[in-house]
Parts: sequence; C-alpha cells; structure tokens
Amino acid sequence: MELPLDYPTLRLIWWGLLGVLLIGFALTDGYDMGVGALLPFVARTDEERRMVINTVGATWEGNQVWFITGGAAIFAAWPLVYGVSFSGFYLAIFLVLVAMILRPVGFKYRSKRPDPRWRAFWDWALFTGGFVPVLVFGVAVGNVLQGAPFKLDGDLRATYHGAFFGLFTPFTLVCGLLSVAMLALHGAAWLGIKAEAGVVQDRARRFGTAAAIASLLLFLVGGLLATRLGFRIEGAFDPAAPSNPLRMATVAAPGAWFDNFGRHPWMLAAPALGFGGAVLALLGLWRRSAPLAFGGSSASAAGIVATVGLSMFPFILPSTIDPRSSLTVWNASSSHLTLFIMLIVVVVLMPVVLLYTAWVFKVLWGRTSTAALKTDPALY
Amino acid sequence: MDPAVVDLSRLQFALTALYHFLFVPLTLGLSFMLVIMESVYVMTKRPIWRTTTRFWGTLFGINFVLGVATGLTMEFQFGMNWSYYSHYVGDIFGAPLAIEGLMAFFLEATFVGLMFFGWDKLRPVTHLLVTFLVALGTNLSALWILVANGWMQNPVGAAFNPDTLRMEVTDFRAVLFNPVAQAKFVHTVSAGYTIAAVFVLGVSAWYLLKGRYVSVAKRSLTVAAAFGLASSLSVVVLGDESGYALTDNQKMKLAALEAMWETEPAPAGLTAFGIPDLKARETHAEIKIPYVLGLIATRSLDRPVAGIFELVAQAETRIESGVVAYDALQTLKANPKDLAARGVFETHRRDLGYALLLKRHVADPRTADKALIQKAAWETVPNVPVMFWSFRIMAGIGFLMIALFATAFVLAALRRQNTRWFLMIAVAAIPLPWISTELGWVLAEVGRQPWAVEGVLPTFLAPSSLSVAQILTSIVVFTLLYGALAVVEVGLILRTIKKGPFAEQEAFPSGPPGVLAAPAGEAVA
Repeated sequence: MELPLDYPTLRLIWWGLLGVLLIGFALTDGYDMGVGALLPFVARTDEERRMVINTVGATWEGNQVWFITGGAAIFAAWPLVYGVSFSGFYLAIFLVLVAMILRPVGFKYRSKRPDPRWRAFWDWALFTGGFVPVLVFGVAVGNVLQGAPFKLDGDLRATYHGAFFGLFTPFTLVCGLLSVAMLALHGAAWLGIKAEAGVVQDRARRFGTAAAIASLLLFLVGGLLATRLGFRIEGAFDPAAPSNPLRMATVAAPGAWFDNFGRHPWMLAAPALGFGGAVLALLGLWRRSAPLAFGGSSASAAGIVATVGLSMFPFILPSTIDPRSSLTVWNASSSHLTLFIMLIVVVVLMPVVLLYTAWVFKVLWGRTSTAALKTDPALY
Repeated sequence: MDPAVVDLSRLQFALTALYHFLFVPLTLGLSFMLVIMESVYVMTKRPIWRTTTRFWGTLFGINFVLGVATGLTMEFQFGMNWSYYSHYVGDIFGAPLAIEGLMAFFLEATFVGLMFFGWDKLRPVTHLLVTFLVALGTNLSALWILVANGWMQNPVGAAFNPDTLRMEVTDFRAVLFNPVAQAKFVHTVSAGYTIAAVFVLGVSAWYLLKGRYVSVAKRSLTVAAAFGLASSLSVVVLGDESGYALTDNQKMKLAALEAMWETEPAPAGLTAFGIPDLKARETHAEIKIPYVLGLIATRSLDRPVAGIFELVAQAETRIESGVVAYDALQTLKANPKDLAARGVFETHRRDLGYALLLKRHVADPRTADKALIQKAAWETVPNVPVMFWSFRIMAGIGFLMIALFATAFVLAALRRQNTRWFLMIAVAAIPLPWISTELGWVLAEVGRQPWAVEGVLPTFLAPSSLSVAQILTSIVVFTLLYGALAVVEVGLILRTIKKGPFAEQEAFPSGPPGVLAAPAGEAVA
C-alpha cells in the first residue's frame, strides 16, 4: 500500500509529536506537580492546605494523562527508545512510579479523615508526588543529553552498563534542579490564578519569584555545561531506512548540541522563549498580574523542553559506549505503517480531547476559596 | 537470560497486574451502575436517587484512584522490565496502548473530576452525561487493553521484519478486529459488571440486615439484582472459550485446562472432575459430561477437540520449520540482499518463534538435536493442574453468581428484599467474584506460557537485562506499598459504608454519622 506521507516525514512528525506531548505534560500536570512541591511551604494550616489542594483537585487527573499517553506514545512510535530508556534508568523510573502512585491516593484520601497525623502523612505524600518525579525527570533529561552507557547486541537486545548513582553528575543535577525550579514557578503562577487572594498567594508569589530567578540561572549554567556535550552521525545515512540502529554509526562530538542553532538560527526561538518566559513570569509576579505570570511560566517551560529536543535533533538517546547503538529519529521509530495509522488517530482524537478539556476547565473556572471548604462537601 | 531475572520479572508483573485488577473491574461496573442510578434520578427527580448515586459514587472514587495509581505501573513496566518485548512487538502492541490513552484515559480522567465536583455546577442531565462519559472512558480503556492482550494470545496482522529484527504491523484492521480480543473484551467487562453488582448487592444486604438506610439499600439492591443477573449470564454464556479454537496455543490452553491428553473425538465431552497426573500424562477419576466441550470450543457437534499429545506433535514440526527460518535469518543479518535466504525465510517465517523456544537450552537453535526439539515441544504445555483447577473454581463461581442474582431478582420482583437467609448469603458472597476474575487472568496468562506472544516470542526471551538486585528492590517496595494501600483502601471503604449514604450530604466537619441529614422516617441505627 502506498501511504500519502513518506517515512522520513512521518518520523519527523512523530518526533515533533513527542515534543508536543512532553510540553503538554509540562504545561498541564507540571503545575499540579509544582503545586504539590510547594504545598508544605505556601500553606501551613489545614485550611490553607485544603484550599491549595482544591486548586488542582478537580483537574489534576486529566492533566496526568499527558504523562501516561506520552509514555504510551513513545512505546507506539519509538519502541526502542521506550524499552532502552525505561529499563536503563530502571531504579530512577521506579522512584518516579512510587512517588506518582502516592499522588492520586493523597488527593482522594487526605480529606476522608480529620485526624491531623493522617492529613500530615498525605501532605507529605502529595509533596513527594510533586517534587520527586519533577526532579528525576530533569535528571533523566540530563542523562539523555549526556548520552547513556547502553549497548545493543546483534538481536537489538539492550544491555545497560551504568549504576543508579552514576545518573547523578553535576550537569544532570543542574538539569534536575532546573526542572524543579521551572515547575515550581509554574505551580506558583497557577496559584496566582486559582487561589483566593491572601497569605497563601503572597507566599506563592515569593516562592515563584525565587523559582523564576533560579530557572534563569540554572538554564544558563546548564547551557554552559552543555557546550561539552554532543554527538554526530558519521557518514551517509538514509532517513527512510528500516529502523535498525546497528546500520548507523555515531560519534561523540563535544559542542555538537549547538550545531543545529548555527545551521537553523530560527531554532534560537526556543531558548529565547525559555529565558524570556521566565522574565515575563517574574514581571507578572511583581506586578501581581496572574495571567502574565502564568503565560510567562508556560512559555518558559515550553521553551526549555523545546530547547533540549532541538539541540539534540536527530538524536533521541545517544549511547556513550557503542557508536552503533545510538537511537535517532532515523533509526529507532516504528514502521512506516504504524506511524501513519497512529498519526491519523492523533489527528482525529487530539482536537476532541482538547475541546472537552477546555469545556471542563470552563465549568470549573473560578478561584478556590476557604469559605467554600466549609459549605461544599465534595471538596477535598 | 538469567533464569532468576526471568522468574522475578514474571513475578513482579503477575503481582502488579493481579493487584491492579482488584480495582479495575469494580470501576468498570460501578461506573455504569452510577449511570443507571443517576438516570433514575434525572427521570424521577427524587432526591433519594441522587443520594444513592452520590453514595456509591463516593465508594467508586475511593476505588477508582487505586486503579489509576496502579495503572501507572502497568503502563511503564513493559519498558522497565520487558524491554526486549517492547522492541520486538512495540510496533503493534504500543498502538492500542497509545490509543487507550488518547481515547479512554483522557475521557475518564478529565470527566471524573467534574463528576465529583460538578453536582452543583451542572444541570442534572448534563451531570448525567458526564457520569456516562466516565463510564464510557473506563470501558473503552478495557477495550484497548484487551485488544493489546488479545494480540498476545492471537498475534494476527503482523509479520517479522528481518531488517529491523522485530514484528511489524501488516494489517491493522486484523489487530483491531481480532476475534480473541473481542471475546476477551465482552467476557472481561461482563466480569467487571458482575463484581460491581455483587459489591452493591452485598453492601445493601448488610444495611438491610442491620435495618439501616433501608430506603437507599432497597433501591440499590433492586438495581444490583437486575444489572447482576444480566452481567453474570453474559460472563458465562459469552465466555472466553469462543476464541479457543483459533490458534495452536489457544487449543493448547483449552487442552490444558481440560487436562485432556488425547484428542477428544466429536462430539467432545467436558471433564467436570478429574485428577491430572503430570508424570503419567493422564487424568484419573474423570467424570465427563458428553457434548458440552464440543459445543463450547467448536460451536459444533461434529468437530473433534485436539488433545495435548497431538498439539505437542504439531509443536515439534513447527520447531523444525522454525530452525530453517532462524538459519535463513542469520544469513539475512549478514547480507540483507541475499534473495535465496529471503525466499527460505518467507516460507518458514511464521514458525520463527518456535525456533526461539530452543534458546532456553542452546544459544544457537540450529545446534539442537531431535531429543532437545522434543523437550522444547513438551515445554509448550502450560501448567496443567493450575489450569485445570483455576478453570473449575472460576467457572463454578460464575454459575454461583447466576444463582445468586436470579434469586435476588425474584426476591426483588416479589418485594421481599428483607429475606434474611438471602441477605446473609449476599454479604458472604462479596469476595467470590474477585477470586473468580483473578483466576480468569491466571488462566489467560499462565495458559499462554511458554509464550509472551503466542508462537512469536517466548517469555524467557522477553525481559530487560536487569540485575536480580534491581528487580528484588522493586518487588519488595511494590509489595510493601501496595499492601499498605490495600489496608488503607479497605479501611476507607468500610468507614464510608459505616457512615452511610447521608454522611456526604453535609459539610465537613461532620456530626454523628448519618443523623444530621437523614430524612424523616428513615431508620437510623
């Protein structure tokens, strides 16, 4: 069967969709996690905490699906990337899972009993569920940028030759902290939109300001450290070739992550958005403009994620120990037919999802007040 | 592969999947029961139905979050623990999972918040629609995950590609309309509906025994009786067996759960009881019901049902053919342009997976002798006693459920809901359908062994190259975490049941349970 889109185009589209899903996750569930990470600091009393929890209580579940669908989309479109990364970073991903398992339960169960120790425990669970995944994702992205010590054998079976603590280097820690700062800012900006005016919002603004400044600094430091990183494809390759990494050679080339920006200067829009968004968010926090702050934090998060993707293109997961194992857009995708079918599925379903999600947010629009906590039994 | 890594990976998957499925079926069924109850509210506008809906909705919510939480593990452990599997079949298997996310998870998760928080923000009809969309989402999720699982049992519409060293989609429509997947979907959601009906029936019966919240309990019991009767009939009649005549492994699964060593000539009889003997390869003290097996497995009275000996002999032939495919593949790996090798490979491609069975014993299947091939052929027989007894307990409970709901239905129709002996049985029956569905999964997945994907990829080749220490860490932590969450969940369910349907009607902090908002004339203990 002749498909209306050729294989390289579909691979490129699916690389873009991977970015869309990651950015969608950062922008939606990102603020839920940011709010979770800020919970113990911006809200001290039980009433304040309930108010903060209820700013995301009704919508975090739908937001989390960006994460789940992102994982499944990597499985469907980039099976080798899914298998190699999740098994390679096994304990780190496991840590994320444990933290994320605590989150749904924390939201739902916390309000079921008035006992302060019960509630303190679930506060801790919600903090962990927000903070730990965000930190680990950042560290994981750092490791992807550095390249990972894995090797594919003749049957394309992956073996990983690193240890859990090897994941933590100065560069990857900077990435992890950047991720935390970026989403803490996003969470603080969300509280500006959704929480009632008062002491909680004031604290959120202070933490948000610190997070915005930290984001700017860490993004800069990360960029400087990244000048020592990079990989290139060696020799000629066919972007329509069957997905088999063994047939492509790559080489470590420090500085190569900046090649794309030189070749395609328009790509500099991504880091500009990362910096500019954080500055706008800072401005919004100072001038008490919640829409500006939230717009800024969204732009910043989107810009930072896009910067990583664009700088690595066409690499998705380079190998540090075997030049014939690196996974790229041109050698690690699903088949031509699968990419095409899944694109149709996305084109049909994604607008529907966005439409009803927008409707649900519209119905639930409005600030969460402490007064409502006393009258509405449905609230957490 | 280190055998310990294989066993631990399987153990972790079994534990997390069986645990996940404690919560999922209740979600599947209770969501539709909420739709039914809320529909009655919307039509009659009687507040008692709103109270009833919200009460079961609260219990739904406590259960739902654990389904979501443990579902995260399911979504990611294919990559974490089964990375070779992910590479080998991801081109096919990943698609239904991604569609599940887009079509089902977004739907249920986006609307579930509104379902709980939107009671006062939406018109009743709109809220009913929201509840319906949650139910639709959860059930669509079951559809897609069973399309994925059905493909593991009957891998249609795909072929091995020697260039990419993996299975790839050739016919997506065949994957979608896989008859095994469809049979599984109907069977599994019916089981979920039955579980929810038993839960509602049992809790209502407990209230009636105690004389508490009678108005809610009687109404709930009536809904559960009707819903449960339809579902329990469906789960047995539209059982999973309809797919058992399709593939060699499905036939083997049937032979194993029947402990049927010799081919059963038409019309095949069903073994109601027996004691399978693995060493002697025969089953003692058999009691047979004539005709029934033929009807179940082949939907006919004139076709035989293959026994274990015959199926093992077929497996032997397929292993020999698979070795030829394996040999051609090695040539193709070195030189993808070798047309002669490609031709040989095409001829024997569908048996490649059978050659891989030999890798448990030798690195290169081409070096295996006749004795080893025979041994590997016998390894295609799943664990017969486990299959035999799981099936009997599962099916036995299935028939018990029909009897339970038929009785409930008659009593409800006669308005004799307060029959004490029945109420006590209904309370005691609550755990039974859970045992039955868990055993159903044991049958499906133990019965699929030694395959991860039938005829394509043996289970022992599918795991990630992890260390024993890594997997032990995750198993221990999962066990502790899941165990603690189970205790908390059951505790909250019991607490909510004790507080009763009227506790949610008032704002926190609550007064004495059930007293404040109970309508006049309501019996409150």
